[in-house]
Amino acid sequence: MGAHAQIRALKIPNADIYKNFLFVLPAVVIFLLFYIYPFFQLFYVSLHEWPGIGPMTFVGLQNFKDLAGDQIWWASIGHAGYITLIALTFQNALAFALALACDREIRMKRFYRVIFFIPPVLSEVVVGILWNWVLNAGQQNGQQIGLLNAFLVQAGLPNLVHGWLSDPKTALTCIAVVHAWKGFGWGFMLLLAGLQTIDRQLYEAARVDGASSWRMFWNVTVPMMFPVITVVMILTILGSMQVFVLILSLVNQGLVYHTEVPVTRILGAMSGTNQFGYACAQAVIFGAILLTVSFLVKKLSGFGKQA
Amino acid sequence: MNIFNSRYVLERVAKNTAVHIFLMAAAAACLLPLFWMIRSSLMSNATIFTDQALFPHEFNAGNYATAWVRGNFSVYFLNSVLYTVSVVAGIVMIASLAAFAFSRLRFPGRDVLFYMFVAAMMIPLPGSFVPLFVMMSKLHLTNSPLGYILCMINVGLPLSILLLKTFFDKMPQDLEDAARIDGCSRVQILWHVALPLARPAIAVIVMYNTLNVWNEFILANLLLNDKSLMPLQTGLMAFAGTHQVDYPVLMAGLTITAIPVVAVYVFMQKHIVKELWTGVLVG
Repeated sequence: MGAHAQIRALKIPNADIYKNFLFVLPAVVIFLLFYIYPFFQLFYVSLHEWPGIGPMTFVGLQNFKDLAGDQIWWASIGHAGYITLIALTFQNALAFALALACDREIRMKRFYRVIFFIPPVLSEVVVGILWNWVLNAGQQNGQQIGLLNAFLVQAGLPNLVHGWLSDPKTALTCIAVVHAWKGFGWGFMLLLAGLQTIDRQLYEAARVDGASSWRMFWNVTVPMMFPVITVVMILTILGSMQVFVLILSLVNQGLVYHTEVPVTRILGAMSGTNQFGYACAQAVIFGAILLTVSFLVKKLSGFGKQA
Repeated sequence: MNIFNSRYVLERVAKNTAVHIFLMAAAAACLLPLFWMIRSSLMSNATIFTDQALFPHEFNAGNYATAWVRGNFSVYFLNSVLYTVSVVAGIVMIASLAAFAFSRLRFPGRDVLFYMFVAAMMIPLPGSFVPLFVMMSKLHLTNSPLGYILCMINVGLPLSILLLKTFFDKMPQDLEDAARIDGCSRVQILWHVALPLARPAIAVIVMYNTLNVWNEFILANLLLNDKSLMPLQTGLMAFAGTHQVDYPVLMAGLTITAIPVVAVYVFMQKHIVKELWTGVLVG
């Protein structure tokens, strides 16, 4: 706020203040109606039993008590957690390695940058249906339909043919791999952008001091990248925990227990069994978990920075 | 000295080659599934499981006609275009008005309102579609393009406002004062001075929201059950449900859905690569 603002504040008559408010009015009305109202409604409905129409019955915290003992719910959180863990480790490590590879004088840098961001641009439905064909385990006239299984037969490895998405042991990992295929470009782009803001003179100084590439990575690159890495981690957690459409389109033989994730549970409680109160209770708890985890990551990275 | 030099060069070449192989492998992994999708969309049901060549021996473009007409993709496609254009236009208009006010105008409650939008971006609301769906049913806005468009405008507003505000904040005060002295009204200042300066931000907002709306599934699935109102994503799901293993036509449907966003992205990636990350990092 400089002198300008003060002078203008003195000059602006009341009528103008209301006119100024008109500028934000459309945004505020939409926001109140489509964000704030549903936000509070979420908490309100979570305290009730309600089939979606007719009167609501107040049940206090009963929905939350039921939820605490709902094993499928906690299993679904575990499934999403597993996908998130793979995204945080393998997917982000790959993204970081690719970003480091592109952050040097190398030909076709632009080409790689454009290509790696194509999967994130595609919709989850497209990616899911496409990969469903790859991983399909069905047969037609004695021939494998799925591209991966057909490839294995042709490569002379028919004993590796597998029901990738129907076997509970492999289904989640397959989902995580497809999720990583679709998502690593995001991390790549953010990390590369972060790498490019690092002052080259830091590397030069380290090189003059005789530091190896490995030491430069740990003592220059990683500390400088801490804020970006934190952002990428939080975005990865929020994105992977809420994965849902990809699973719906990838595992299209209907949702089964071993591929349930929180969002499918919320949707199932809502449009499957018409338990709107229970669906909202799940959403409240899930939102709280996400908020806590991203807050923790932020706190922990704060400690890491000081150390 | 000479030996040392050539060894150094050799080491560098070896290292660069290794890096290129790594990047190439990743690029191939990105492109191969998409190449297979387009390739298969041009084959027939008779050859799709027998012709294993990388480039098929005969092409059959009829799958696109089948998907377009019998698969109802013409309707889905037009709906997607309608929703995307309306939502993006709405967001650009509403967000630039609001961001301009948050950045340049004074009124009571300005900062509180602005931080409300920022907070909305920070707090994850995974199940908000439940109460949203209830509200839309009460307002009779289910199976209504307007209802869906308004919901999607709301989804894109906070980030767009924040991005535009950071751009408007950088606008020199002298420029605004000069325009004011020349007799420009506030709307004119926004239109003639602020928006042209914020062109990179507008590009990012258009880009980001276009992808977001074109690819959106959950709300479209909940709010638009009528087949004549479905956008591509939900239409594609319905289509996949009935054409399980009719892969050539299914892949044609996927291609129709995917190509527009990939084209928009490749066409506009100059802006996106440079600018989008700043937006995300700010958020």
